[in-house]
Order: sequence, then C-alpha cells, then structure tokens
Amino acid sequence: MNMAAKRPALAQSARLSPEPEAAESDVFLEIRDVCKRFGDFSALADISLTIERGSFVCFLGPSGCGKTTLLRSIAGLERQSSGRIVQDGRDISNLPPSQRDFGIVFQSYSLFPNLTVNANVGYGLVNQGLPKAEIAKRVQELLELVHLPTSGRKYPAALSGGEQQRVALARALAMQPGLLLLDEPLSALDAKVRVDLRHEMKDLQRRLGVTTVMVTHDQEEALALADIVVVMSKGKIEQVGTPMEVYSRPQSAFVADFVGHMNLLRGRIGADGSVRIGEQALSLDTAQVPDRASEVLVSFRPEDVVFRGLEETAENRFLGYVESIDFLGSFSRARVRVDGFEGEAFDADLSANILRDFGISEGSTLPFSLPRDRLCVYPGDERTAGGRAQPAAEAGA
Amino acid sequence: MSAADSTAFAGRAPIDGGRLVSTLGLLAGVGLLIVFVAAPLATIFIKSLQDDFGAYVGLANFAKYFSSAGLIQSIFNSVEIALVVTVLACLLAFGYAYALTRTCMPGRGLFRAIAMIPILAPSLLSAIALIYLFGNQGMIKGLLFGNSIYGPIGIVLGITFYVFPHVLMIMVTALSTADARLYEAAEAMGTSRWRAFWTITIPGARYGLISAGFVVFTLTITDFGVPKVIGGNFNVLATDIYKQVVGQQSFSMGAVVGLILLFPAIISFSVDRIVRRKQVAQLSARAVPYVPVPNKTRDRAFLAFCSLVAVFLIGIIGTAVFASLVTYWPYNLTLSLVHYDFNAIDPNGWASFTNSLEMAAWTAVIGTSVIFLGAYFVEKSDGLPFARGLLHMLAMIPMAVPGLVLGLAYVFFFSNPLNPLSGFYGTMAILVLSTVVHFYTVSHLSFVTALKQVDREFEAVSASLKVPAYKTMWRVHVPICLPLIIDVAIYLFLNAMTTVSAAVFLYAPDTKLASIAVLNMDDVGDQAPAAAMAIMIVLTSVCVKLVQVVATGSLLRRTSVWRRRDGH
Repeated sequence: MNMAAKRPALAQSARLSPEPEAAESDVFLEIRDVCKRFGDFSALADISLTIERGSFVCFLGPSGCGKTTLLRSIAGLERQSSGRIVQDGRDISNLPPSQRDFGIVFQSYSLFPNLTVNANVGYGLVNQGLPKAEIAKRVQELLELVHLPTSGRKYPAALSGGEQQRVALARALAMQPGLLLLDEPLSALDAKVRVDLRHEMKDLQRRLGVTTVMVTHDQEEALALADIVVVMSKGKIEQVGTPMEVYSRPQSAFVADFVGHMNLLRGRIGADGSVRIGEQALSLDTAQVPDRASEVLVSFRPEDVVFRGLEETAENRFLGYVESIDFLGSFSRARVRVDGFEGEAFDADLSANILRDFGISEGSTLPFSLPRDRLCVYPGDERTAGGRAQPAAEAGA
Repeated sequence: MSAADSTAFAGRAPIDGGRLVSTLGLLAGVGLLIVFVAAPLATIFIKSLQDDFGAYVGLANFAKYFSSAGLIQSIFNSVEIALVVTVLACLLAFGYAYALTRTCMPGRGLFRAIAMIPILAPSLLSAIALIYLFGNQGMIKGLLFGNSIYGPIGIVLGITFYVFPHVLMIMVTALSTADARLYEAAEAMGTSRWRAFWTITIPGARYGLISAGFVVFTLTITDFGVPKVIGGNFNVLATDIYKQVVGQQSFSMGAVVGLILLFPAIISFSVDRIVRRKQVAQLSARAVPYVPVPNKTRDRAFLAFCSLVAVFLIGIIGTAVFASLVTYWPYNLTLSLVHYDFNAIDPNGWASFTNSLEMAAWTAVIGTSVIFLGAYFVEKSDGLPFARGLLHMLAMIPMAVPGLVLGLAYVFFFSNPLNPLSGFYGTMAILVLSTVVHFYTVSHLSFVTALKQVDREFEAVSASLKVPAYKTMWRVHVPICLPLIIDVAIYLFLNAMTTVSAAVFLYAPDTKLASIAVLNMDDVGDQAPAAAMAIMIVLTSVCVKLVQVVATGSLLRRTSVWRRRDGH
C-alpha cells in the first residue's frame, strides 16, 4: 500500500485535469466523453479518462456499474453510443476489434478446448504466417513467462483453473499487444490460487511494462494490483486515484463505503457549522464540512477508532457500549453503541492486545475517541454502495 | 461533446475481413431460406386463390372444396384416424417409455434399440407388411375376425408402427427428468404408489405427453405412404392432395388441401414450441435424478408388455423381409432373391436405389454444411440482429410444413417457367434441396443448442489475436461440434433414404428414388419387389448406422483427445 502511495499519479480524470496537453507524452489511452446507452438505460454516462503508458489500471465497482462495458468499448467488442477512444495517438473509436491493438483475458479463460496449450498460445502467431521454429520459440518463452514451461503439449481440460488462466495470459501477450485487458481474470479461481496469481500478474506486468486495464468487483484485488484505481458506480466514474488515495481519501460516500469497511453514520449540520450525530456534537476540520447540505454522513474506518492513551480532554471522546464482538483472527470487530447517537451503531476494530489489556467483552462499556483527521463528512443520507450490502449501516437505518 | 460526436461518427467503420464474411454469410443464409422456404410456401397461398389457368378466383377453390361431400369426408376420416393413432401410440409409447426409464426390467438397452427400428424404414414398409399379414391372402388374417385391413384398421396399425419411435423419444425424455426427492417426500408421507404416479409422475411428464400427442397427430394426418398403400377406398387428406395434383392435375385444389394440411401442423408446431420452453424450466439444477429400484411384479409385467410391442415391431420388419424373399406368395414358398432383381421388374430398376444413395449423400453433405453455417451465423455473428433473428425464424418454418405441402410448394414455385430457378425442376438438385429444407429445423435447433454452449468470448479472443472469425469457426467450433455434425449428417441421410412425401411431387423419370419405387411397384401390384426395395432401404440405413457407430468411435478417439480429462 505504501509503495503504491509513493508512486506518481499515473492516471487522472480528464475532467479534473486542467491541462491535458501537459502530460501528453505519456498518455497511452484517452477516453473522452464516452456514452453507452441500451435503449433508455445508460450503461456509461460521459466517461472521460486518461491512462498513462505502462500503468496498471483497475476499473472497480459493483456489478452493473458499467466497468465491463467500458472495457469492452476499449476493445471494440461494444460500440460506444458517442464519444471517442484514442489509443497511442490513434483514434480507434470506430475500429473493429481485429484492427485494434490489445490482448484480452476473460473470467472464463476462454481457451480453445480442442487445441493444445502450445496451439492456444501460438494461435495468433500461426495466422501471421511466421516460421514454425520461431512460433515454437516464442510460445516456449511465453509459457516460461507464466511458469508453465512443460505444459505446452497438454490440453486445457488437463490443467487446473489457475493454470488455464496463465495460459490465457500467455496467449493474450503472444501478439505483443500495446494494451492488456483483463475482465475479472481471477474471479473464477479459488481464494489461494487467486492471491498467488495476483502476485504473478503484477510482477509480469511490471517486467513487460504493458499498459494494463483490469475489471474487477473485488476491492482487495484492485487495491493490491493497481497503480490507479477507477471506482465506478451507475455508469459514472466516482473517483480516480492511487489505491492509497482511494482508500484513505474517498471522494464520495459511495467510494468510502465500497472500498474497504467504512462506518457511515447519519448526522446533521447545525446553524453554527458544527456536525451532530443525534445529540452529540463532533469536532471536525472546517474544510471538511460541506457548505450547503444539512443532512450528512459522517464516516470513519473501524481501524481508526482510538481506545489507547485517551485523555479526559481528547477530542470527540465518547463512552461506547460493546454490543457484540466478532472474532476475525488477528483482530476482532466490535459493534459499538453510544448514548445520544440516536441508535446509530458502528464497527470498531480491536487488536487482541487491546481486548486483553482492557478486558473487553460483550457488554463492556469503555471510552474511545474519533480523531478529527480520520473523519470524513459527505453530503446526503444515501449510504449504500450499490451491490455491496452494509449490514452495519442497514441495522442502524 | 458535439464536436467529438461528429468526428467519431462521420464515417463508417473500416472494412474488416472476418466481419465481412459473417455479414455476407448471414445475408446469404437469409436469401437462401427466403428462396427455398418462404417463397415456395407463398406460392401455395397464391395458387389456392387462382384457378388452374392462373386467374384470380378469390375463395372459389375453397368453396368448391367444402361443397364436395367426398373431400369433406376426407377431413373427418383424417381427423378420426389421427385421433385413434394419437391415443393408441401415446398409450403404447408411454408404457414402453415408463418401462425404459422407471423400472428395472431386464434388457432395457435392447428394447430401446428395437423401438428405433421403424425410423430406418419408409412408412410404406409397414403397410406392405400389414397386407402380407392381414390382407386378402394374409398369413394371420383370421385375427381380424372378418374385418378388412384395407382401410382405417390398416392405416392405424401402419402409422402407429411408423410414429412409435418418434413418440417414444419424447416420452423417454419427459420421464427421464424426474426428481427423486419428490418420490422420497411422497414415500415419507406414506403416499401410495398409485397416488404418487398420478400426483408426481404424470404432472412431471405432462409437457412431454402434450408435445408427443401433437407430434403424433401431425405425423399421422400428414403421412402419405401408409394410406396410399393400405387405405383402399378410405380417403384421407394426404391421399387427396396426391390425387388432386398427380391424378387430376388440379393444382388449385391441391393447394387448398395443402393449406388445410398446414393447419394442424402449424398448431402442433406452436404447441410444441411453447411446451418445450416450459419443460426446460421445469427441472432445477438441484434435482436428484430418480433411480428405479427393482420390483419383481412390476418389472415382469412391463417385460411382458414391452415384449408384445417389440414382437409387433419386429414382426412387421420380419414380414417385409420374408415377403421380399418368398418366390410367389402364397403359392410358392421357396426363398429366392428374384424380387431383388429390380432391373427385370421396374423400368428404373436399381437406378432408383443408386439415385436414393446419391440424393441422401448430397443431402447429408450439403444439408449439414449449410445448416451448420446458418446456425453459426445466427448464434455467433456480430451485429445485424435483425438478419440473425430473421434467419432463425425462417429456419423454424420447415418444421411446421408437412412434406407433401413442401413438395407441392416446390412444384408451384419451380415449375413456373418465369422463375429463373426453374432449371432446378426435375433435377437431383431439387430433390436434395427439398429434403434439406424438410429436415432443416431439427438440425438447425441441434446446432444452435450446441453452439450456445461454446464459449461466447472465442470471437473476441480471436479478434484480439487478429484471426478472422471464420478461421476460428473452422479450427475450433467445427471440431467441438464434430459429434453432433456427424449425428446431423446421419439424420439427414436416413431421412433422405426413407422420405416419400416431398419427393413424390418432385422426381423425374431419371431421378426416381428407392422410396418412390416402393410406392410405384406397390401401385402396379408388384408387392414383393416393393417389399424388397423397402428392405434395401432398411439395410442401407442399418449399414449407415453401423458405420456411424464405428466411425464416430475411431474418429473421436483420434481427433478428440482433448475431450478426456487427462488430455493425453
């Protein structure tokens, strides 16, 4: 996570960047005002995005947010209703897929079942009419790249899911595409294999330096892999940023809720500009408080609730009642209620140490604080992140 | 935004080889089916509104038809026969299918194979055999207690033989989709077997039963071979249409009867489509397949029942074989091959048989290729949703068109000298085309189902690898579908060998088929040679089936290593 944060921003929302020309030398893919409508339904609404050469970008969002449609539009598998797509200086908006320059990997692997691994990887090379020896050499190199040097003569059915997806990756890279598109490539795999392949994919992408766009609904995957995360919802881009930015400075309640675990409590802005949850007032950075809204959502992450080293005068100090505790291995997540929060409960993460040191159990009452630099306030009172249900938020509603 | 729009959509997409091929293929498919399905059928409608000289007469032909007592009687006769056969065949096939799927009766595989025998023979064969059994000089005509086989009894028995495997297949499918959990629940609640049968088995199979009923009804009402051979003076619609067109050369009246025949076929087709859709949704993925447990009394009862049916089926074929080998029934019972010397009996002789082989081979090759390509374009091509929908719709029509009506439509359409395609008339090509069209729908649906199961991203992958879609079709889709491609080719071949209905209007003297020769020889009283020719058709079908089994086995072993899990 820290690594990602130190890297420079490699992609930015075109709407937010005042001088797109300034970064032109490094822009590889430019999506401008792309809309896609299916009848009355708007799958993509005015999407603008620039992606820099060599970066790994993840489109993240719940199902139906338009991320796959956007990926397919980049590939030419869907034709956008309006807008332009420029890849490497070439306007590809109207080109059929076969005249674009990309390799693609699907969730279902999509390997040709009747062809050997060698034939699958070399499928495009054969069609180019390259000499057999050269094809064999290239295919072997690619298989070594994905750590399957001896599987060339097997058929896909003889391989595990993870191995099949590696072959699909090798096949997608065989034509040395300028752009690698990954459509939920890890979603069909077992948890363990998924994490292993994730590391390998990232490593491979670094070594080859191929610009990569991946679609995923798994925020953990996106945060772990991407240089830049593009969070999408309902056909719109919610936020573009490094994994660290998206996680620690979500720009909307949706992003806050969708990426990581987030407490979202209903609050009101008083006449004096202070924010209250129920009867309790919170102190906040004034820059954080939205101007016009009166209904707001106050957000903070479970790991940001402070229990240790509290002084009587600590800001936003409250007394919490521990309603229940879920043991989650290295830490436990407590459901906490506060007198005067008008029934709004939240989750707080407690390390094993804290649990032991403070002797906390279900039914305990203990003081905690919400540091003001960890609090975020969003206008409105909609606190659902699309497909991802928030039991905490719903229980309080 | 508007500037971007105008530049982005100023010009059409550049031409892409793969897409061009699929667009042209799709349009060619639509064009072919319009010319060979829609247009000929349209001429039937037009013809029914014209007199025999081509002048428009409105509904006069219909008025004339419905004022003729004889012709109206045919409608009643046809419906009566069809109802009786429907009840009889459904009951027999249900019992047989129940024995195959829900009991532990011994020899189920053998019984299943026996039940498929009629598919290998032209429908005329059963009628000829019935005449040998129950005719004026029949071997066991005493069993009819003085009733004549020439008429409704013969037609019912003959057609029941011919439709049996078709009904049985539907019933077996319907009864195979049982959820064992329902029976376990019923047993846990102490439900009697009888009650479980009526509350679980029958409702579970009801769509299959309905579908089977309509299929038999249509097959019966449109079958021409059996009533032609054994019907005597008992007229039905299918023989009327033949008499009107071939006998009296009245094309207009033929068209009217054709439209009347089209009516039950279309209803049956529609019901079948609706019912099939419901049947698919019926069995959930979680269902536990039903496995019958042995029950001595029940298993023996079904063994007796199935043996009776099997004896009837084998008896019919056996009688035909016997009839073809007896020198002169019933006076000289020595066996000989004299009736197989077709060259001495019929002007066309063995040529009819070789014509049939040629026609069936072409039908298998051309039909399989064209139908596969059509299904591929419907299922896998990119864009042109209207053309894809239209092609699919046109491909569904032939199932609703009885062979006789199709043949008649081809006569009207291709015999017209103004038609630039009239050169086809009287050639082998038109026989092949009509047969391909006649059996198009079933093959098309099989291919569409198989192609739906092929990963839908293959086209995207192949585009990204710069390989045109048609190459991927050849290298991937064809090998994946190979077992089905062989099945369809065999299906078309067998049907081409046995079909009479469309061909009876379309053959020319030098393109006469074996099945037509059976009809003609029977017509002029050469019943033994007719039986012999029918047996030749059965033998050919059996050989083809055997070749299929052997060839499919070895071919798949060689080309489909990938189908096995170990991959070596």
